[in-house]
Amino acid sequence: MIAPSVLLLFAWMIVPLAMTIYFSLLNYNLLSPGMESFVGFLNYEYFLSDPAFIAALINTLVLVAGVLVITVVGGIAFALLLDQPMYGQGIVRILVIAPFFVMPTVAALVWKNMFMNPVNGLFAHLAKAFGLQPIDWLANAPLFSVILIVAWQWLPFATLILLTALQSLDEEQKEAAEMDGAGAISKFIYIILPHMARAITVVILIQTIFLLSVFAEILVTTNGGPGTDSTNLTYLVYAQALLQFDIGGASAGGIVAVVLANIVAIFLVRLVGKNLEA
Amino acid sequence: MARKVTTQRKVIMTAIAWALGILIFFPILWTFLTSFKSEADAIASPPQFLFFNWTTENYAEVQSRSNYLSHFMNSVIISFGSTLIGLIIAIPAAWAMAFAPTKRTKDVLMWMLSTKMMPPVGALIPIYLLFRNSGLLDTRIGLVIVLTLINLPIIVWMLYTYFKEIPGEILEAARMDGASLMKEIVYVLTPMAVPGIASTLLLNIILAWNEAFWTLNLTASKAAPLTAFIASYSSPEGLFYAKLSAASTMAIAPILILGWFSQKQLVRGLTFGAVK
Repeated sequence: MIAPSVLLLFAWMIVPLAMTIYFSLLNYNLLSPGMESFVGFLNYEYFLSDPAFIAALINTLVLVAGVLVITVVGGIAFALLLDQPMYGQGIVRILVIAPFFVMPTVAALVWKNMFMNPVNGLFAHLAKAFGLQPIDWLANAPLFSVILIVAWQWLPFATLILLTALQSLDEEQKEAAEMDGAGAISKFIYIILPHMARAITVVILIQTIFLLSVFAEILVTTNGGPGTDSTNLTYLVYAQALLQFDIGGASAGGIVAVVLANIVAIFLVRLVGKNLEA
Repeated sequence: MARKVTTQRKVIMTAIAWALGILIFFPILWTFLTSFKSEADAIASPPQFLFFNWTTENYAEVQSRSNYLSHFMNSVIISFGSTLIGLIIAIPAAWAMAFAPTKRTKDVLMWMLSTKMMPPVGALIPIYLLFRNSGLLDTRIGLVIVLTLINLPIIVWMLYTYFKEIPGEILEAARMDGASLMKEIVYVLTPMAVPGIASTLLLNIILAWNEAFWTLNLTASKAAPLTAFIASYSSPEGLFYAKLSAASTMAIAPILILGWFSQKQLVRGLTFGAVK
């Protein structure tokens, strides 16, 4: 009964991967069909020595790290806040979780046009209200802007998971610590944080998987630019394949992305693997 | 549990939490409000929050210009189709792993999870070419196939964690009472499994609805779901904020509502049962 799922997933994983590896060894451009020839590792040499690759690699890592820092720190703060007694907690929770359900293209375009636009965006209006010069976010700080947009989408996810973990903390444990004279900070460091550790690692693992492949947000806001300032690996491979039709080079890039993701994954699974036992 | 909370503290916390909650929600609220403005009001300086001439003309405009409803239907068909097919494939697998686990069950589960770690660009080029050569490019069928496969590991995992909570003794009891396998499945297992299957269905519809790598790369116009349709607003002509907002509001509203209903299951589903 497991066979259909396993076979389908196996095929889904192996067939495209094998084909990508094969293409990556060819000189293969869609603009000159029938001219394919075997070139060995030449595509890898070109791809890895391309300055755009180094830029994309750094951008990818900065993007993942930036979003992780914002969402994990922000998520912990929000989770602690939402765990406090308050009026209308359920409604606040709904407000905070909402951005997670917004499709990436909508989120990116709303931020790009209605907030970050240097003339008509709300940030520009806000800057003018304080007598400042509005900035063109996507032109002057493209990667930071993309990080901001993606972090907005993922903050709810981190908050929701960390809040769920926090709420399973035994109230009596906190009380006992208080009776022993623990202050708010030591309570946080010695009781709350260790209790949330597992949930935090899960958040990091899952977000990293998705963040390594951020695509739509870049496509509809900056197109990877200016230059390669906001190009990540996913976008670079896309551009090479579907804009320049260089199938061989793009395939080499795809394989590099897979290897990179696997390095990160091995590292992460080691870290959290045992936590995932259901 | 009986800790005293001063009213003052509660009021302060309420104020902070509401302020931050509204701040996070604001882009969605602003999109919603802008969708009811005229294009001139949408870019007015200073921005207008509530006191503008409310109009629904943007919604009509979006539909008449680009046949919005057909893209909406593409989204519905692709997300429901891929989820239902995924469930049909995954239910037996999750079932077997939950009720007849072997030594390798855990490895198989971990392996399935690991397929999610392969970045989609690793498969983009061959899939694109295969689709182009077989005429699947820009078809709903093509997208249903791809989305079924990419969400299959999550469906299996989520079902597995739900099925595992069904006590095996109940099945044994039914068997002792002489229930056939068919009866066991229909009368005993199914009712207990329905909530888990329903949550899995819900979460996967949300994920498939918002999927924006394959939908953007494998569609052009005919089969484009809302993710790809909205992306066409990235190269705007003239004033378009209000129309963009109207199209966006319609695209996210159904999923926002589904999502609010499935908050609890979301945590469990997206963490593969590691956080409940």
